[in-house]
Amino acid sequence: MLGFGAKGWGLALIEGAVMTLLVSFAGMLVGAAFGSCVAWARLSGHTIAGAVGDAYAAVFRGVPELLVVYFVYFGSSALLTGAFHLAGFEGFFGVPSFAAGALAVGVISGAYQAEVYRGAYLAIARGELEAARSVGMSRGLMFRRIIAPQVLRFAVPGLGNLWQVALKDSSLIAVTGLAELMRVSQVAAGSTRQPFVFYLAGGVLYLVLTTFSNRFFDFAEARATRGLRRMEG
Amino acid sequence: MDPGFVVATFWRLMAALPLTLEVWALSVLIGGVIAMGLTWMRVGGSKPLAALSRGYVFVFRGSPLLIQLFVIYYGLSSFAFIRQSFVWPLLRDAFPCAVLSLALCTAAYTSEIFRGALAAVPNGQVEAARACGMSGFRLFRRVIFPIALRQALPAYSTEVISMTKATALVSLVTLWDMMSVALKIRNDTLVTYTPLLVAGAIYFVLNFLIARAFMAIEYRLSTHLRPRLA
Repeated sequence: MLGFGAKGWGLALIEGAVMTLLVSFAGMLVGAAFGSCVAWARLSGHTIAGAVGDAYAAVFRGVPELLVVYFVYFGSSALLTGAFHLAGFEGFFGVPSFAAGALAVGVISGAYQAEVYRGAYLAIARGELEAARSVGMSRGLMFRRIIAPQVLRFAVPGLGNLWQVALKDSSLIAVTGLAELMRVSQVAAGSTRQPFVFYLAGGVLYLVLTTFSNRFFDFAEARATRGLRRMEG
Repeated sequence: MDPGFVVATFWRLMAALPLTLEVWALSVLIGGVIAMGLTWMRVGGSKPLAALSRGYVFVFRGSPLLIQLFVIYYGLSSFAFIRQSFVWPLLRDAFPCAVLSLALCTAAYTSEIFRGALAAVPNGQVEAARACGMSGFRLFRRVIFPIALRQALPAYSTEVISMTKATALVSLVTLWDMMSVALKIRNDTLVTYTPLLVAGAIYFVLNFLIARAFMAIEYRLSTHLRPRLA
């Protein structure tokens, strides 16, 4: 049943795991875009931009992830259908579930990534920014040479945690029908009438994904901080 | 948005709030008890128990709650020996299964919080207490627990809030919580945004109140850290 033959679900499960990776990765990228905008808004000192950023973070951290997934999926399809109706097309137009899923994981992840980027920016030594300004760097150059490399470095551990969260949140996209790991386990469990075996197999594959990506982030963290002095040890 | 519809939706969702709260409260409570056991196993000094506790945390933190819930609700019931055993009356219904799987999952996260809080108790305090002749439970009750509690509260409040959000998953195992009522209203009326927005607002307020409650507890427990008013 778990094999790779004609009757085996092994290949389908692996494909589901790959889809989970893809949609989580896309979600992280969307989240990076939202998160850095929100972090910028909160650091900018503008009252209105800061309030919008605060509200975004508070809302998406305060409502259930499943609700966000449904809202993005139904909501974006309704928007798309409305847009098509305006253009003169009839019928229902669904947003591809991959796009809706990545967007949903992204807006949730963005609310948390904003905090990571904000913390990373605040961790940059003030003296470095002053030094950059005093040698006459423009804002763009300062961002590219001084701020961005260090924010990325300080953000690695936090982003590693959020990647794990995104992997787990991506299982909720199963409700939209996207054939990711959770959904494939569900289909396999249903058609073979062996729910225990397939949900367990799905769970084990999730464990494999989280464990290996943990390793990767440990490696990335070691590499990103190789120029820094250790605080202890 | 039609105000009458918003009000009607609000009251239909509020009727489902008790179930959401029950699942939440029971799983936080049971999860907390399991977490204490896990923490005790982890720091108790026995190597096999510590490894068991580590393995538990690894499994339950490394996989999504949704799949854990499905293993318990759909998976366990497929075994004949479970259907004939004494636990069947419990596992037959969605409600105990939902509470069980939420509790098992939050226990893994919570035990890590407890462990961190215990590790943050300064060793000098424990030594001082021992020097005064305290040991065992009295040492725990008078010195370790009060310090660890203050350390654990901020992270624990985050976990409790994430449990409110996790209760929405029970809508996928046939329970009529707020999430499933919101989806039902959406299905029946074909109104896309309103039911989900109203449900989201209720969840948000709920989490806001929980966060406020924890802030109040933290404030009360940190009297000794604030500067005295003259």
